[in-house]
Amino acid sequence: MTENLDGTRPAKGVSAIAAKEGGGFPNPGLPPHAHRQGDHDRGAEKRAERIVAVMFLISVLGTALFIAAYFVFTPMDRNLLAEPGTLHAVRWSNLFTGLGLAISMFFIGAAAVHWAKTLMPDEEVSEERHAIAGSPETQQAAADIITGGLAESGVGRRPVIVTTMVAALAALPIAVLAPLSTLGPLPGNKLHHTFWKAGLRITRDHDGTPIRADEVAMNSIFHVMPEGLDSETPDYLEERAKAAAVLVRIDPALGKNQSSLDNGYEGILAFSKICTHVGCPVALYEQQTHHMLCPCHQSTFDVTDGAKVIFGPAHRPLPQLPIEVDAEGYLVARGDFPEPIGPSFWDIHKDK
Amino acid sequence: MATTTPTKPTAASASGSSAAQGGRMMKLGAVGGAWLDQRVSGAGFVKFFARKIFPDHWSFMFGEVALYSFVILLISGTFLTMFFVPSMDEVVYEGIYAPLQGAHVSRAFESTLHLSFEVKGGLLFRQMHHWAALVFMVAIFVHMFRVFFTGAFRKPRELNWLVGFSLMILGMVAGFSGYSLPDDVLSGNGLRVVDGLMKAIPIVGTYLSMLLFGGEFPGHDIIPRLFTIHILLVPAAILGLIAIHLVLLVLHKHTQYPGPGRTDRNVVGFPLFPVYTAKAGGFFFLVFGIIALVSATTAINGVWIYGPYDPSPVSAGSQPDWYMLWTDGGLRLIPGWEFTIFGYVISLNMLIPMAIYGALLAFLALYPFIESWVTGDDREHHVLDLPYNTPVRTGLGVAWISIYVILALAATNDLIGMKLHLSINDLTWFFRIGIFVIPVLMFYVTKRLCLSMQRQRRDLVLHGVETSKVVRLEDGEMLEIHEPLNEYDRWVLVQHDDFRPLTAGNGVSSLRAAATSFFFKDRISPVTPAELREAMAHAGHEKHEIDALTGGDYTTPDQRH
Repeated sequence: MTENLDGTRPAKGVSAIAAKEGGGFPNPGLPPHAHRQGDHDRGAEKRAERIVAVMFLISVLGTALFIAAYFVFTPMDRNLLAEPGTLHAVRWSNLFTGLGLAISMFFIGAAAVHWAKTLMPDEEVSEERHAIAGSPETQQAAADIITGGLAESGVGRRPVIVTTMVAALAALPIAVLAPLSTLGPLPGNKLHHTFWKAGLRITRDHDGTPIRADEVAMNSIFHVMPEGLDSETPDYLEERAKAAAVLVRIDPALGKNQSSLDNGYEGILAFSKICTHVGCPVALYEQQTHHMLCPCHQSTFDVTDGAKVIFGPAHRPLPQLPIEVDAEGYLVARGDFPEPIGPSFWDIHKDK
Repeated sequence: MATTTPTKPTAASASGSSAAQGGRMMKLGAVGGAWLDQRVSGAGFVKFFARKIFPDHWSFMFGEVALYSFVILLISGTFLTMFFVPSMDEVVYEGIYAPLQGAHVSRAFESTLHLSFEVKGGLLFRQMHHWAALVFMVAIFVHMFRVFFTGAFRKPRELNWLVGFSLMILGMVAGFSGYSLPDDVLSGNGLRVVDGLMKAIPIVGTYLSMLLFGGEFPGHDIIPRLFTIHILLVPAAILGLIAIHLVLLVLHKHTQYPGPGRTDRNVVGFPLFPVYTAKAGGFFFLVFGIIALVSATTAINGVWIYGPYDPSPVSAGSQPDWYMLWTDGGLRLIPGWEFTIFGYVISLNMLIPMAIYGALLAFLALYPFIESWVTGDDREHHVLDLPYNTPVRTGLGVAWISIYVILALAATNDLIGMKLHLSINDLTWFFRIGIFVIPVLMFYVTKRLCLSMQRQRRDLVLHGVETSKVVRLEDGEMLEIHEPLNEYDRWVLVQHDDFRPLTAGNGVSSLRAAATSFFFKDRISPVTPAELREAMAHAGHEKHEIDALTGGDYTTPDQRH
C-alpha cells in the first residue's frame, strides 16, 4: 500500500499507513449542544453575574492592600508589626505587598474566566481551515520569479563573480574572530602556576596567621592560603581560586604512599583544595577514614594515599604542596604545586 | 455609525439606560470598524483576528502559562535592573543584614542585598522573578511533552517545534545567566563548573575559558558580561522566537483533539473575541496572582545565607535550579575517566556527559523528522493523536523523560542520601546502572500499557459498556447486559490511523524497513465498520434472548422495590 488514507500519494517514497477497510467510519459531526443552567434559568444567570462583580470588587481591595503596604509595612521606615530596618520588617513588607498584588491579580483573572464560562456563549463554532500551501499556480509563479531573478542577475553565466562573492562572504566571518580575541588574554602559563613559592608560610584562611607544626593536632584539618595573599594582592580572587589548600595531619603509620609522606612533615600533608574534576572546592573531610569529598560531584580522595581518587568522576589526585618547617617552627611551602591544580585541560601535562 | 432609537418618555429608566449602553457599544464598534480602519486598516485586522476559533482543552494551557510567566519575568526583571549593579568591584557591606556587616563583597552582591532588604517591594519582585523563571521552565517542558505525546509536531508544524525547542534552550541560558548574577557562593560554584567544563574541550578549552571570563576564573568581567546576556541578548532572542511561534500558531491554526465533528480540515472551538479574550486574558491574571502569592509567602534563593562568592568555601547540598539539575547529574555519575595521548589530555569525565546532553537534546529536536521518515506520511495533521494510539512514540517519550529524571535525581544524590540515610556511593551506583536499564524498562512498559489500552477501547467499541447486570438464562448460561456506545463516543475510539511495517525493496531501504518494524510491529488494528456490524448482530441476538426473559425491563430486583 503506497497511498495516504485520503487517497493522495506521498510526494516521494512509500507510506507506512495501512488502508482503512471500507474507508473507515463516517464522522458523525458535532453532537447536539447541551445548555448550561444559566442559559435558561434567569436566577442562575443573575447569580453568575453577581459572583463576577464580587470578584472584581475583591481585586480592588487587593490593590488597596498593595498600596497601603507601601506606607504601613515598609522595610526601612514605618512598619506596624516590626521594628524598621530589621529582617522582620522586610518579611512583613514582602508578605503584605505580595498578598495585595496576588489578590488584585488573581481575582481579575477569576472574574474574567468565570464571566466567560458562565455568561458568554458556550456553543462550539466550527471554522474551516485553509490549505497552508498556495495553489500550484502561486507556487509556479514564485518559482518563476526566483528563476527569472537569478537569470536576470546572471548568476549562472558569470562564474567569476559568483566565485569571488563566495570567497568574500566566506572570508568575512573570520573577521569576527578578531573582536572576539579582545575578550580575554591568552592562557599562556597562567594555569600552570599559583601564588605558592618556596619559603612562603602556610597561613590560616581568613585571619592569615601562620601555623606551627605543633599546632596541627592529629586528624585535624586547616583551610590554608599562602602568606601575603590578601585583599591587597592584585587579582586577589583569581589567586585564591588557585592557591586554596588544606592541611591535614595523619598518623604516618597509616600512610600508603611514601613519596606523599616525604612531601609532608611528620604526617602533616598539604593538598590543593580545588577538585581535579571541574574545580569545586573539596571542602569535606572525614576524619575517621581520612577521605576528602567534593560536595559538588562527590569525587573522593584518600589522603593517606597521596589524595588518590577512590570514588567519583575526578581522575587525577589532588596536587600535593611540598612543605617543611622553618627555623621558628612554622610550616612553609617548599615550592609551588608540582603540577597544575584544578580541572584537567588539554596541555596540563606540558611544562610552561 | 451609531444610531440610537429615541426612547419614549414613558419608558422605564432601566430600558432607557440599556439603550444608551447599546449606543456606547456601537460607538466603540465604530471606532474599531471605521476610524482605525481609515488610518491603519484596522477593520481587516479585526475581521481576520477577532473571530478566530481556538479549541478548548486543559492541556492547551501550558504554553499559555509559559508565555504569561515570560511577561511576568519582563515586568519584574525591569524593576530589578533599576537597582541591581552588575559590577565585581569590591565594597564593604553596610546594609541591614547583620551577619555580613563589614564583609568584603562585590557590588553585584551588595546591590542584590540592598534591593532585597532596603527597597520597598524589592524582595517581592526579586522572588517573583525567580519563581516565574521556575514556572516558565516547568511550563515549557510540560507544553513540549504535551506536543510530543499528541503528535502536534507533525506536518505542518515541524518548524514551530524547532522554534519551541530553541525557546527551551534559551530559557535554560536565561535562567543560568540570571541566577549567576548575584555573585554568591552557590552561583559562583556553578560558574566554576562551567569554567571546568570549558577547559575540558580539547585544544581550545583554556582559550574559551579565558575569553569568557576575561582572564583567569573568576576575573572581573563575568558578571557584567552575563548581565548583558541576561537582560539583552537572551530576552531579545526569546521575544523574537515567541513572535515567530505565535505567528505560526495563527497561520497553522490550533490543533484539536479528535472528536465528533472535528477533522483535519476544520477547527472547532470558541472565538478569540470575546470568549478567549476573557478566558486567556483572565488566565494571565490568574498566573500572575498565583506567582505573586507564592512569592509573598515562600522565600527563594536567599543569597545572603550562602554568602558572597569566594573560591575557597562551598557547602554540601549545592544544587542548581531545577531545570539545570540534569546537566549536573551526568557529571556526578560518570566514572573518573581521563586519558593522555601524546602528552595531551582528553577528559572523558566531562566530555562524555556533555556528549550525552547533546544527544538527548538532538533527539528531541529531530524527532519530528525521524518519525515522518519512518511513516512516510506527508499529509497535514491538525487532529491530535491520543498518546495510547502511538505506543512507540509514547514509549520513546517516556524513556527520554526517565533519563532526564534520573540525571536530575543524580544531581541531588547527596540530598537523597542524607534524607533517606543511604550511602551516596550506593546511590551513585544505582543511578549509573539505572540510566541504562530504567529507560529500556520504561519504554517497554509504556508501550505494552498503550497496546492494552487500545485493546480495551477496541473491546469497548465492539461490545459497549458493561452494565454489571447479569441475566441467567434457563439453561444456566449467564449473559451480561451491555450498553452500546453512541456514535459520538464511538467516533473518538475508531477515528485513528493505523500503520504497518514495510518490507525492504520497492523504494524502501532495509534501514527504513527495520525502523517501521520497530515502530509498528506490535499493533492493534482499529475496529472496522464490518467488525462492528458483526458484533452488533451478535449483541442483537443476545439482546433478543435477554429481552425474551426480562420483557425488556433491565431493572434489577432490588431496584423494583
